[in-house]
Amino acid sequence: MKALSQKRRHPLAAIALLLMGLLVTGGLYAVATTVNQAKADTTTYSASDVEEGGKLFAANCATCHGMGASGSQSGPSLVGVGAAAVDFQVATGRMPMEMNGPQAQQKPAQFNEEQTKQMAAYVASLGPGPAIPEAGVLGEKGDAAKGGELFRTNCAMCHNAAAAGGALTRGKFAPALAGVSGQHIYEAMVTGPQNMPVFNDANISPEGKRDIITFLKQIEANGSPGGADLGALGPVSEGLFVWIAGLGVIIAFTIWLTSRTS
Amino acid sequence: MSSSLTPDAPVFAAKTTGGRITDFVDQRVGGSGILREFGRKVFPDHWSFMFGEVALYSFVILLLSGTFLTFFFDPSMAETHYAGSYTPLTNVEMSVAYSSSLDISFDVRGGMFMRQVHHWSALLFVASVSVHMLRVFFTGAFRKPRELNWVVGSVLLILSMAAGFTGYSLPDDLLSGNGLRIIDGVIKSIPVVGTYISFFLFGGEFPGTMIISRLYTLHILLVPALILLMIVMHLFMVVVHKHTQYPGPGRNDGNVVGYPLGPVYAAKAGGFFFIVFGVVAIMAAFFTINPIWNYGPYDPSPVSAGTQPDWYIGFVDGALRLMPGTIGDWKVEQIWFGHMFTFNVLLPALVPAGILFTVMFAYPWIERWITKDNREHHVLDRPRNAPTRTAIGMAGFVWYCVMWAAAGSDLIATHFHVALNDVTYWLRALFFIGPVIAFIVTKRVALALQRKDREIALHGRETGRIVRLPHGEFIEVHAPLDEYKRYMLVGFESPAPLPAVPNDHGVVDRKEKLRAKLSRWFFEDRVAPASPAELEAAHGHHGVHEAVEAAESQKTLSH
Repeated sequence: MKALSQKRRHPLAAIALLLMGLLVTGGLYAVATTVNQAKADTTTYSASDVEEGGKLFAANCATCHGMGASGSQSGPSLVGVGAAAVDFQVATGRMPMEMNGPQAQQKPAQFNEEQTKQMAAYVASLGPGPAIPEAGVLGEKGDAAKGGELFRTNCAMCHNAAAAGGALTRGKFAPALAGVSGQHIYEAMVTGPQNMPVFNDANISPEGKRDIITFLKQIEANGSPGGADLGALGPVSEGLFVWIAGLGVIIAFTIWLTSRTS
Repeated sequence: MSSSLTPDAPVFAAKTTGGRITDFVDQRVGGSGILREFGRKVFPDHWSFMFGEVALYSFVILLLSGTFLTFFFDPSMAETHYAGSYTPLTNVEMSVAYSSSLDISFDVRGGMFMRQVHHWSALLFVASVSVHMLRVFFTGAFRKPRELNWVVGSVLLILSMAAGFTGYSLPDDLLSGNGLRIIDGVIKSIPVVGTYISFFLFGGEFPGTMIISRLYTLHILLVPALILLMIVMHLFMVVVHKHTQYPGPGRNDGNVVGYPLGPVYAAKAGGFFFIVFGVVAIMAAFFTINPIWNYGPYDPSPVSAGTQPDWYIGFVDGALRLMPGTIGDWKVEQIWFGHMFTFNVLLPALVPAGILFTVMFAYPWIERWITKDNREHHVLDRPRNAPTRTAIGMAGFVWYCVMWAAAGSDLIATHFHVALNDVTYWLRALFFIGPVIAFIVTKRVALALQRKDREIALHGRETGRIVRLPHGEFIEVHAPLDEYKRYMLVGFESPAPLPAVPNDHGVVDRKEKLRAKLSRWFFEDRVAPASPAELEAAHGHHGVHEAVEAAESQKTLSH
């Protein structure tokens, strides 16, 4: 308190106060709006959503997934994949797919939230499947330690223990999980996109999934306590670093130390 | 004699307290003699001679930081629940070893820094040992009389890897546990006795409850003691043999040209210790190494993607990754006489490392046998002046690097957006053809450099100035070298192949024939250094150029 009172006449005090005010109001607003959004997601879809979604689907997805989402030679049937699958694939930009390959690549989302919701409504209307998760299971209020255990047992063999991603066979890969929203992590677990297996509620309970999300968000927020993490790639990046930077600097010093002789 | 016994004889008395203390010590241990002897040891100055020092200093740093870590580390595999300050692991069941490693990282003041100092300097230690050995190999410093010191150095390399691996496993985190699991698999793949050895080592079925404390004893007691012993032997032999030097004017096999240890080298070396310490400290302060909190406690069921050993074990891991399980339809894993022979683990784990280390230990004797060179060498070879040796070294180096790269095959795949399978196929091909390409290319490069040296020695340096002679001919002006620089280019040995020599019974036996063949392979492509006669002849030829230059400079004067 003493330190605070001493600094209140600092020339930058007004700016700091302004910034704090802006952060608080902005933060509160952001919290309020996301809560509303999550609620909106859980509402049942209107008939017009389904109709609009059907049109979008016919124009953008049916080439591969077939009319009526019944599948074709180039894409699987989407009957019964549920709204969660559509939300994950479209909102992360994986669908529509840029080109055929071992795995759909992430890219900027091609549709806005409204359109994504409409397509999700359409696909959900074709058959029962995993719905977009409710906000309650996404919150970061789970048990990070328990989530960590679940993550190491179920996810780390592909996504790496530090969630830095990893290689699979023939060009497939498990992406890094930093910066992925809780909703998308949850949807990925219940729908098993690309080469990922499905973790249904019998494998990992919704609470378990929430714990995993909490764990991932917490290690992301924690940053790297030991300094720059060198990509969290483990001994390979550490070895490269010691050979190139460590030994490089030391060689520079040896040259300097011996430069004053014949 | 008798006068010195009388108590009132004039004896030397130092004027200052420091002097008196020094004199007191000197009269009892003869320190000044030792100091005089060591202080006058001459060391040649070259940056590439300092990697051994880097290794020594990182070892000292390892001892200091390691001692600090032992104050807080508890090598017990007893189960506990984490209660420290790293919340993502709160109340997670783990071993006491892992829990105390986390405490060192998060709850011991300065513990994280010391852990990182210890691990970074461990990586630097093995790296500097390796670079030091490469320098010794490529400059031919392992030749007589230093063969045994080369062997001691090789033992040090193996010991440093052992020290590193035993330390890597101690925190009992998931990553190191996966590493131990691989070692366990390799041990179990040894036919017949493998399972027994594994049970003895782990005190039962993997992972058991003993391995961490056993590795701890090895890591803090046996291995460092052996390293220290080997370092003493290594340095003792350096003193006995004196240091090698690069070729140069006034340097020969009978002298050492450089600075004395005291005061110049003592100051440089002392300062260099702090430079190395400083570099390690900066790395430890700003860059994470082995973030064990990310990996979680060891549990035999999970295996993380991107699990690799520290770099110095990487080549063994890479060899394991490259090994196919089946070749065509033939399964590498075989059941003979009711026993499982897992050659797909045994061969890659032991054979490449075995070949590398055998050749490394034996190389001084192999070369000595082929060349029949039994003289002492204190002047080093420039790598280009021993093309075949340099090529052999590069072949081995590339072979090692292919296996090394294979240990990071998954990261190569994800970061360069290529398929993991393709990375493996390419590296498998390079495993066999990489060393061959490296040998051919290196040898050609070395020979080309030698030819360039010869050209420069004979005709001088190209200046890039084109001059037109009075009769219309264009020539490029070559600036002659001063004789010091020229000596560097002509002062080396270029042995010719040594034909087979009959033995005492007048017979050329099969071994001698093989030796002669190898000698031809070693030395048949040779670029002889420019002889004095050739230099003389070239000098005469230079007359024209020099006359032109003289005329040129006169012209510039007259302007």
